Amino acid sequence: MAALLEVERLSKRFRGLKAVSEVSFSVPEGRILALIGPNGAGKTTTFNLIAGVFPPDEGRVTLKGRNLTGLKPNQVCTAGIGRTFQIVKPFGQLTVEDNVVVGALARERSVEAARVQARAVLERLELADQANRPARSLTLPDRKRLEVARALATRPTLLLLDEVLAGLRPTEVDRMVEVLRDLNRREGLTILMIEHVMRAVMALSDRVVVLDHGEKIADGAPAEVVADPRVVESYLGAEALE
Amino acid sequence: MSGPSRMMPSGVTGRGMMLLVLAALGLVIAPFVADRYLVSVLTTVLWFAYVGQAWNVMMGFSGLLSLGHALYVGLGAYVSAALFVHFGIGPWAGMVLAMLVAVVAGCVIGFLGFRFGVKGVHFALLTIAFAEVARIGFDHITWVGGSGGFFLPVEAGASDPLNLRGSPVLFYYVALALVVGALFLSRALLHSRLGYQWLAVREEPDAAEASGVDLFRARMTAVAVSSALTALGGVFQAFYFNNLFPEQVFSMGRSIEIILPAIVGGIGTLVGPILGAFILTPLGEALTFLIEAGGLDLPGLKQLFYGAALVVIVVFRPEGVWPWLARRLGLVRQPGEGA
Ligand SMILES: Nc1ncnc2c1ncn2[C@@H]1O[C@H](COP(=O)(O)OP(=O)(O)OP(=O)(O)O)[C@@H](O)[C@H]1O
Ligand SMILES: [Mg+2]
Repeated sequence: MAALLEVERLSKRFRGLKAVSEVSFSVPEGRILALIGPNGAGKTTTFNLIAGVFPPDEGRVTLKGRNLTGLKPNQVCTAGIGRTFQIVKPFGQLTVEDNVVVGALARERSVEAARVQARAVLERLELADQANRPARSLTLPDRKRLEVARALATRPTLLLLDEVLAGLRPTEVDRMVEVLRDLNRREGLTILMIEHVMRAVMALSDRVVVLDHGEKIADGAPAEVVADPRVVESYLGAEALE
Repeated sequence: MSGPSRMMPSGVTGRGMMLLVLAALGLVIAPFVADRYLVSVLTTVLWFAYVGQAWNVMMGFSGLLSLGHALYVGLGAYVSAALFVHFGIGPWAGMVLAMLVAVVAGCVIGFLGFRFGVKGVHFALLTIAFAEVARIGFDHITWVGGSGGFFLPVEAGASDPLNLRGSPVLFYYVALALVVGALFLSRALLHSRLGYQWLAVREEPDAAEASGVDLFRARMTAVAVSSALTALGGVFQAFYFNNLFPEQVFSMGRSIEIILPAIVGGIGTLVGPILGAFILTPLGEALTFLIEAGGLDLPGLKQLFYGAALVVIVVFRPEGVWPWLARRLGLVRQPGEGA
């Protein structure tokens, strides 16, 4: 199976701290891969390296064989990677719909066409009834949904989701899981998701990569990974104690 | 159909539209009913409304704080005046070069600021620095009079609209046209792809960039549009007052005066800078009048008043007067009332 995203020996230091160290993995086309690990493991930093927020100290990121290393975030977006932010970043004073219009304008020249597309995306994420509210007035679960909607509106081939289920109630988690599964199955959207909600990870992902202290400690099928003693010790065990 | 929170004209109610049309009509017939003094005050109001609108493109639409907009006024004024005095080139042709020079200056500032990640307050300091350099520099350019001032020839009773020579009423209508033109341009820009990108950059640059917006390009175009528009205000000023002094045109005080209407009226709104100018300038005039009538001669009292007005606004109406007024009078649709 062809890999859509290829991450090779990616490394990033913040002053002395090795936030990400020689991490490699690949995301096959049409699959859902989960990136898990304890707090501070380097998951978001890995996303930022893929999305072009800062260049890696070492390593390479390729999408469909095209080298993306060193590109700026807007260029990475145009190349086909959409992302959400763990700490949500809505355009607060704009309406929910206009937030998504901005995303759609990544591919559309005309505002009207972008608006049509934005409405379809809002419908899909069950935000249509909030379309005309200022984004700053949304509840946290809706803001998370808005993050996904805006990223989706850029029509990515790969969607990066950074803890979009955190802070959601169980029923809301289930709804979001359904939406994501639907996008993946019906539209063949490839998804790389950082997630702490293990129930969702087990339900959605085809493969799981585990980071700890910036290093990859496991990579495999979900059932294998959760049984891995290193993973249990560094992450799942700690989680169970909480 | 856009969101009301953006104060887009499409969110304007019937009542709001009626008020807008009435105000426009009133301004068109004003010179027929107003005396010379009132026309001159209104011209000043319109001038500040216009440059406030120009400044608003940077701060209000794109989140770029410029505290040195006097630079673009001054460049526009000096370039057009020099072309007229030295080469006999009229302002309608001269304004093209005037805008171009201002845009180049703006792009130099923008390039330095955006390429090297100068943000927020530090970017504002950069804009001040350039205006100050121009102020001091023009003191020494004797070709345009240096610190002694630069004067345009004035012929009493001349009427030559092609060279922007004529009565105060001519200037009044030119100023009105500038304000109306800037209003339609601002509205069109906000409705455009670029406008959406500007707002996104203003609200959350990281998310804008992740949504495919080229931050550098979006910000540079905002500076270019703003500086070009502001330079036109400078051309007007040169031909209206017929004298230019670096100490005045490029002064920090002038830069502050330019930003006040938008702050008072509502940053980022279309009507805000216009309303702000209509509030501030008449109040300032009234104060000057009172000071003179009362025989008081306290230099700086007007500045003190502007300072106090600013404090009142920032404390009680941080969004500006327009969003509040529009809500109270039902001039725009509120979120949730449908688009
Ligand atoms: N921009 C930055 N500058 C300096 N240090 C950073 C920066 N971003 C992340 N770090 C540090 O790098 C390490 C990894 O952080 P990262 O945000 O990638 O973790 P994470 O796996 O996403 O954790 P969480 O589950 O809490 O979101 C942490 O120690 C963090 O403090
Ligand atoms: Mg994180």
